[in-house]
Amino acid sequence: MTIIPEDHIELSLEQSLDRCIKCNICTAACPVSAVTDMFPGPKYVGPQAQRFRHERQPSPDEAVDYCSGCRVCNEVCPTGVRIAELNARARARLAAERGIPLRNRLISRSGLVGRLGAGPHAPLANALLGFKPLRTVIERTLGIAREAPLPSFSRYTFRSWFRRRRAARAINGKPKRQVVYFHGCSANYYEPWIGKTVVAVLEHNGFEVLLPRQRCCGLPLLSNGDFTAARRAHEDNVASLAPYALRNIPIVGASTSCTLTLKEEAPELLGMQSDTVRAVAHQTYDIFEFLRMLHERGELRTDFRPIERTLPYHPPCQLRAHRIGRPALDVLELVPGLRLIETHASCCGIAGTYGLKVEKYQISMDVGAPLFETIRRSGADVALCDSETCRWQISHGASVTARHPIEMLAEAYGLVT
Amino acid sequence: MRTLTTDVLVIGGGATGAGALRDLALRGIRCALVEKGDLTHGTTGRYHGLLHSGGRYVVKDPQSAEECARENEILRKIMPHCIEETGGLFVVTPADDESYAERFVAACHRTGVWVEEIPVREALRREPLLNPRIRRAFAVRDGAADSFLATHANTDDARRYGARVLTYHRVIGLERVGDRMIGAVCEDLRSGETVRIHASFIINATGAWAGKIAAMAGLHIHVVPGKGTMIAMNHRIVNTVVNRCKMPADGDIIVPIHTVAVLGTTDIPVPDPDGYDMTPEEVQLILEEGEWLVPGVSRMRALRAWAGVRPLYREQDAGSDRDIPRTYKLLDHETRDGVAGMVSIVGGKWTTYRLMAEHTVDLVAQRLGVTTPCRTADLKIEPSHDGAATAPHSPARAHFAILASPFYQLGHRLAEVEADDSYGDLICECELVTRAHLEAAIQSDGTANLDDLRRDTRLGMGPCQGGFCTYRAAAIWHELRDGAAQANGASGVAPATALLRHFLQERWNGVTPTLWGDQLRQERLNELNYLETLAVDRLPETGADAIGRKRDIVVEEVV
Repeated sequence: MTIIPEDHIELSLEQSLDRCIKCNICTAACPVSAVTDMFPGPKYVGPQAQRFRHERQPSPDEAVDYCSGCRVCNEVCPTGVRIAELNARARARLAAERGIPLRNRLISRSGLVGRLGAGPHAPLANALLGFKPLRTVIERTLGIAREAPLPSFSRYTFRSWFRRRRAARAINGKPKRQVVYFHGCSANYYEPWIGKTVVAVLEHNGFEVLLPRQRCCGLPLLSNGDFTAARRAHEDNVASLAPYALRNIPIVGASTSCTLTLKEEAPELLGMQSDTVRAVAHQTYDIFEFLRMLHERGELRTDFRPIERTLPYHPPCQLRAHRIGRPALDVLELVPGLRLIETHASCCGIAGTYGLKVEKYQISMDVGAPLFETIRRSGADVALCDSETCRWQISHGASVTARHPIEMLAEAYGLVT
Repeated sequence: MRTLTTDVLVIGGGATGAGALRDLALRGIRCALVEKGDLTHGTTGRYHGLLHSGGRYVVKDPQSAEECARENEILRKIMPHCIEETGGLFVVTPADDESYAERFVAACHRTGVWVEEIPVREALRREPLLNPRIRRAFAVRDGAADSFLATHANTDDARRYGARVLTYHRVIGLERVGDRMIGAVCEDLRSGETVRIHASFIINATGAWAGKIAAMAGLHIHVVPGKGTMIAMNHRIVNTVVNRCKMPADGDIIVPIHTVAVLGTTDIPVPDPDGYDMTPEEVQLILEEGEWLVPGVSRMRALRAWAGVRPLYREQDAGSDRDIPRTYKLLDHETRDGVAGMVSIVGGKWTTYRLMAEHTVDLVAQRLGVTTPCRTADLKIEPSHDGAATAPHSPARAHFAILASPFYQLGHRLAEVEADDSYGDLICECELVTRAHLEAAIQSDGTANLDDLRRDTRLGMGPCQGGFCTYRAAAIWHELRDGAAQANGASGVAPATALLRHFLQERWNGVTPTLWGDQLRQERLNELNYLETLAVDRLPETGADAIGRKRDIVVEEVV
């Protein structure tokens, strides 16, 4: 439930601008304004510009479109201004006024794109998207940067795997604690092995994994300013997830941006405050947040096999926005021999769909450069990161294999997926 | 001693004086204006910015209401760039007598004040923070006016027609020969020089100070300076002027003006327009009353409080300040006191400044035998060019729909900065004052300190209240003015230090009455920056610079 500090009235997002003391800490920390003059910085486009925006007058500014939505500003703001949310709303206003380009409509519909590309025909789709001349054509016509890291479609979806497996599993059912898995678009269409790993880890810890109907969390829509479509997505997800949330069945996700959207982003940005929306938000956990909670209660299995490795770990901006510390580090610390080194870089640059855009690709690579450098210097050939788009960007920028930390945990459990 | 000769001398650089100057100039009458401080330094620069629809006065003071309704339309036509069409609402809160609403509507119809009742739901849709318990809502044609800009627009236009404007010229004596006024003696506060101005006619447009000026001619005018205190909130909590639908009283208006919302006001008679103070009780009263309009407003971030003095003219005994009519009064000292060559214009409101000027100049022109009619109601005032780097109609600007509006709109400055790509040149980030704006203001001859730049540009008027722009502005000032002086042998940064301190002190005066919550946090940061990091309290400062010129004056503030 929302806790209202006693010395503050409950401030709406817009009103949170009143907390800004102009200190410029956000501007100093902003990874985007550090590398480009196109973005005047979070203070400027956030609480400062907000004082000049009028609900019933045309948008007075455009630079806010260069905000990547990474939320580093929120993280560092000493007074609690909701800068990233102010920016997201301003961008949605721009989108509503000026229309959303076809490119942004396309890349923000990860579910639709996934459905089109994943399946038996995936190799063809992947080959086409890997074909440089075609990517050049796409860049020129649509504005999707030709070098930008696009994931490969999977030949099967996670849900189809789960359905088949469920049929087989139904035979030996004894009642277990239940948990809902929110897999998101990535695990379903691009990286089904992540979904399988999550299921394996949860089942290893004695849970029955439920897979209610679900669709894209809507974050790419929110960050591209398509609030109408994002609202529909969230309404559908709440309708499907609320019955579980209301029975106190936790909802876990391994895509840290999906879980953040369910917890906070969608309700706040879209102003959705119903009891069911709150219930879903309240019951949603990042996978490692959930596992750490189990461990705190003494319920996490610790039958780990040693892994003698030292790996760089990058906590994605979207994970840091959960304000839950570094749960992956806390849990993986239990694995004997495994040493994770936190990168302490601010952002990988991709910010979901930001780095795919031709006009922003170079910015995103420049933002990620310090992170890529840190990872390269570590000498490791694997880097860990909780967020899929960040992993794709890290692979692209640092030429390493980027894996989800849950894969290390599964390996430690000896679970082969 | 310098001597100037003109036909009409206007005393007072507020809205009325500036309006009269333009009116005179347009009629081809030679004229000059003297002001003891910066333009709008008195009441004009301290008003809440409400362009009255007339609604506020329909019941109590119908003549004022009629004048406001007419002038409102004229000002929209002649100076749209100084006006924001916010619209206004009169709302009946649970604390208000419901029967007033009927009298209000009837009186609006009688006085020609446009009014339309709208459903409460619609009022709440327009203004989501408005008290959901309001019972009725009436839309009117209130607006917001930039009184700094409007006054400059008038004087700049008057200058185009040959008028002279002398700021920081304090009248130290009026010259009277027998029963005829023949001029004034002023002190140029910057050079210390005495300036004698010969004039056939004097217009005393000094508002709350009119009694003091008249006394110099041995005349008596009973002006009651009515102190009104206001509070600026950190952002536009409403985008429409919101009034309580009741007999005008204290704390019953919220005016959205530029980036802030102004809560007002009080009305307390004070003996001296140069010496008054705000009290904590006034601040508390305004916030408490504001709660009826916007619940929670007293806990939102308030930037500062300030007060101005209304020029209320008391002809006969009135019960209280609020009972003195808001309409203006033109005092012809020839018929009233038997002294020719001088009129005093008192009372009135910003919204009726043009009408007051017209009425005044009509009389003056008649006395001077000039028959050219008044043109100020028809002739549009072209926006003054402030020297900003970019042409007003660049292709980049065409891209922003908001800049196409002839009226000022809230997003105007932001759209300009975006179109001109000038965010890297912001000096005052809160109010989006660019280096080009500031340099133009510093180089204009009217400015003597950073507070004058504030009136010209809105420097330091935002959330940080000068926290991050004061040192930048002082440095630019030093570079452009004192740095140039140094090339001629002067030395030191003491003058810049004095400017810096003066502006910080001026901002601080306004911040202290509302110092809690977010603004307290802000001021703590400002304190650390200026006192701990920059040690401004320990920097050397002198009263005069090395070239013997008397220092740019740091005018004593009254608040």
